[in-house]
Amino acid sequence: MQGRRANPVIAMCGIIGVMDRRRGAIGGSGIRQALSMMNERGSGEGAGYAAYGIYPEYRDCYALHVFFNDIQEDKLPFDAVLEQWGTVEHDEAIPTYDQPNLRAVHTPWRYFFRPDPSLAPGGAPQDDIVSTLVMRVNAARRGALIVSSGKNLGVFKAAGWPEDVANFYRIEDYEGYTWLAHNRYPTNTPGWWGGAHPFNLLDWSVVHNGEITSYGTNRRYIESFGYTCSMFTDTEVVAYLIDLLVRRHGLDIDIAVRALAPPFWEDIDRMPGAEQEWNTALRLAYAQAMMNGPFAIVAADAGTMVGFTDRSKLRPMVVGECGDRLYISSEEAAIRAMEPNVESIMMPAAGEPVIGRVAR
Amino acid sequence: MIGSLPPRYRVSIDPVRCMECERCIENCSYGVFRRDGDRILVNSRNCTACHRCVACCPRDAIMLEEHPCDYRSHPLWTREAREAIYRQAETGRIILAGMGNALDYPVIFDRLVLDACQVTNPSLDPLREPIELRTHIGKKPARLDLRRNSNGDVELRTRLTPNLRAETPVMIGHMSYGAISLNAQISLARAAKEVGTFMGTGEGGLHAALHPYQDRIVVQVASGRFGVNIDYLERGAAIEIKIGQGAKPGIGGHLPGEKVCGEISRTRMIPEGSDAISPAPHHDIYSIEDLAQLVRGLKEATEWKKPVFVKIAAVHNAAAIAAGIARSPADAVVIDGFRGGTGAAPRVFRDHVGIPIEAAVASVDQKLRDQGIRNEVSVIASGGIRGSADVAKVIALGADAVYIGTAALVAMGCRVCGNCYRGLCPWGIATQRPDLVERLDPDIAAKQVANLIRAWTLELAELLGAAGINSIESLRGNRDRLRGYMLDESLMQVLDVRQVGA
Repeated sequence: MQGRRANPVIAMCGIIGVMDRRRGAIGGSGIRQALSMMNERGSGEGAGYAAYGIYPEYRDCYALHVFFNDIQEDKLPFDAVLEQWGTVEHDEAIPTYDQPNLRAVHTPWRYFFRPDPSLAPGGAPQDDIVSTLVMRVNAARRGALIVSSGKNLGVFKAAGWPEDVANFYRIEDYEGYTWLAHNRYPTNTPGWWGGAHPFNLLDWSVVHNGEITSYGTNRRYIESFGYTCSMFTDTEVVAYLIDLLVRRHGLDIDIAVRALAPPFWEDIDRMPGAEQEWNTALRLAYAQAMMNGPFAIVAADAGTMVGFTDRSKLRPMVVGECGDRLYISSEEAAIRAMEPNVESIMMPAAGEPVIGRVAR
Repeated sequence: MIGSLPPRYRVSIDPVRCMECERCIENCSYGVFRRDGDRILVNSRNCTACHRCVACCPRDAIMLEEHPCDYRSHPLWTREAREAIYRQAETGRIILAGMGNALDYPVIFDRLVLDACQVTNPSLDPLREPIELRTHIGKKPARLDLRRNSNGDVELRTRLTPNLRAETPVMIGHMSYGAISLNAQISLARAAKEVGTFMGTGEGGLHAALHPYQDRIVVQVASGRFGVNIDYLERGAAIEIKIGQGAKPGIGGHLPGEKVCGEISRTRMIPEGSDAISPAPHHDIYSIEDLAQLVRGLKEATEWKKPVFVKIAAVHNAAAIAAGIARSPADAVVIDGFRGGTGAAPRVFRDHVGIPIEAAVASVDQKLRDQGIRNEVSVIASGGIRGSADVAKVIALGADAVYIGTAALVAMGCRVCGNCYRGLCPWGIATQRPDLVERLDPDIAAKQVANLIRAWTLELAELLGAAGINSIESLRGNRDRLRGYMLDESLMQVLDVRQVGA
């Protein structure tokens, strides 16, 4: 057991995700504008963006986005840790631009990293090495926090209004084919950059609007698989649960999402034989992974974007489509801000996931 | 000489109110009342405070008072300590006692409070939203092999072990035919069937009158092996190996021969009038691997169709024992806390051996998680569950379900007088005397027990809804929704809960 835990952060928040199914480039300025449409849902104390496809020149390296508390003191020990775990192909400060309303309490840095395969005797996947590295570094709290660790993607987040955070990172300079963004209304640990969304582990990033009333159950469950919850917020378990179910247990994302927000028993009881059997099995095996409480979540990896809500849909989620682009957001207004000519808008039913896949 | 001890109770009849109907005389099986001319005389010394007379008196003429005669008060040499010595000085024997632990230990449940939602997330109204209390008892796979076949259909390749499906996490624990009457057992079985839960046979075999309810009955295999044959095992919905019991960890059981009447002798498969002695250990289980062998044996005998539970008393090392059980083919471990009831136990065991269920469940759940085997067994908590709040709290600490025993008896009328071992229960529950057993009408008693479980289940749904949770699985092990109030730091660490205000 870790020491005494702080309360998980409770947040309201606005979320949006957009994906271009043909990997067409989407500039950061649109998502910045979409997110700021939802300032009613935020409080200026946290915002963030995840962008996929932004580091094509290092596509085979794990892109580690790191927050340093004190660049003078904390970077050298962190570099030494990375050196023990593998090779850094390249590293640099993430370009930032001072904003009057944003206090830069951390120095964001990025590393393009290859884990040392000899660390995984018996041929454990490289993903396992990096995931272990992230858990160790973030639990140790030695002035460095790894906020994203996937390939060809990065998370940019801070405490502030969405526009200020976007301007701080000059998000419009990045072009990705999938973006997730989040506008935060924290009630517990305002000002904590690590508490801002998106949350990421390896390829999967998550933005979340809601409160997970089953957090204690989910945390105890996920920690028994070697994950460490260190961010003082409920959302991080979602990233770890998806990593466990999809990457480590090999479930398809739609089935994983079904495990997290499963059908009610009364619906399962009405299903035909084989369907009833696997849905029952899913609820039995993953009872402690099931998430309760009000939520709308958008998650993405390199090839997928998925939006889903709690089983009673106590948080809003709107889906829009336009050409190759799929939008999932808390508010229709946010989608329209990005895409005034959106072709279709729909509101999925409770617990019904919306999944977009990048064309191969 | 010791002389006579002061009477424990004083029974008095208000002569103005009494109409001499003699219902008290008829109903008291302990012989407190008798008629003398135009008066009803009272012998308070025989009274057990079972309240049968109070409940039957049409005029509320009977009053009862505990400890009418004081000793000189002393904080160490309490009345109980002194009286135990007087009795043992006279008899030279072990003191027997009924029901659960009677010492004044703090009740941890009463130092834990539950959570509810305000503003940041909505509480759910069980009248409008589904709140799921369905509970599955048994092994669950740690992961599933689910694949899509060429038609896009999902195919389940993991074989699931059979689970018991209860519609509520409240189950009825094991009380044997012998310890309680057949009418009491029938009432419990009917109630279990009615509300969709399960009840245990205890180590008393399965009387034919219970066969109609067998799909709701967990049959027990204990150290005396009474009533066990293949028919018995096959009838049960599940099988429970009883290693120990919270009221008397480490010792066996004893049903005196005078209670072994014809029916009990047939059901237990022992000669009429012979003592039914369950040894302290199972004489074929001297190690954890022996236990695993018996689990496997029972599974083989029933073609791996039945879940097998293992019940242990909550002792200091319960967590490690549970981890050992989880590594056997067993499907559930029942942890019986030191407040667990019993028909008869040596008082020294009842009051001094074992640990509270709250701490035992917390440490068992943690140990199983630390070892990554929590899905290998369900955890059933028992011993002193008094209401739906206790159920919610023990599930939040990590249990899958609870067994109730005493609460179910109380629902049938039991007043917790603690004289079960004397076989004179005037409520027809813990007795085999036909005239007393007849007093318990299974139609009525079954309804009362079913009502109790239904009421607790409704309250659980309300508690879950208020906490913003719509399924019992999301309460299980959710210790974040508990806070300790006036609990000491070290105990809160064992329970892994924070204090109120934190």
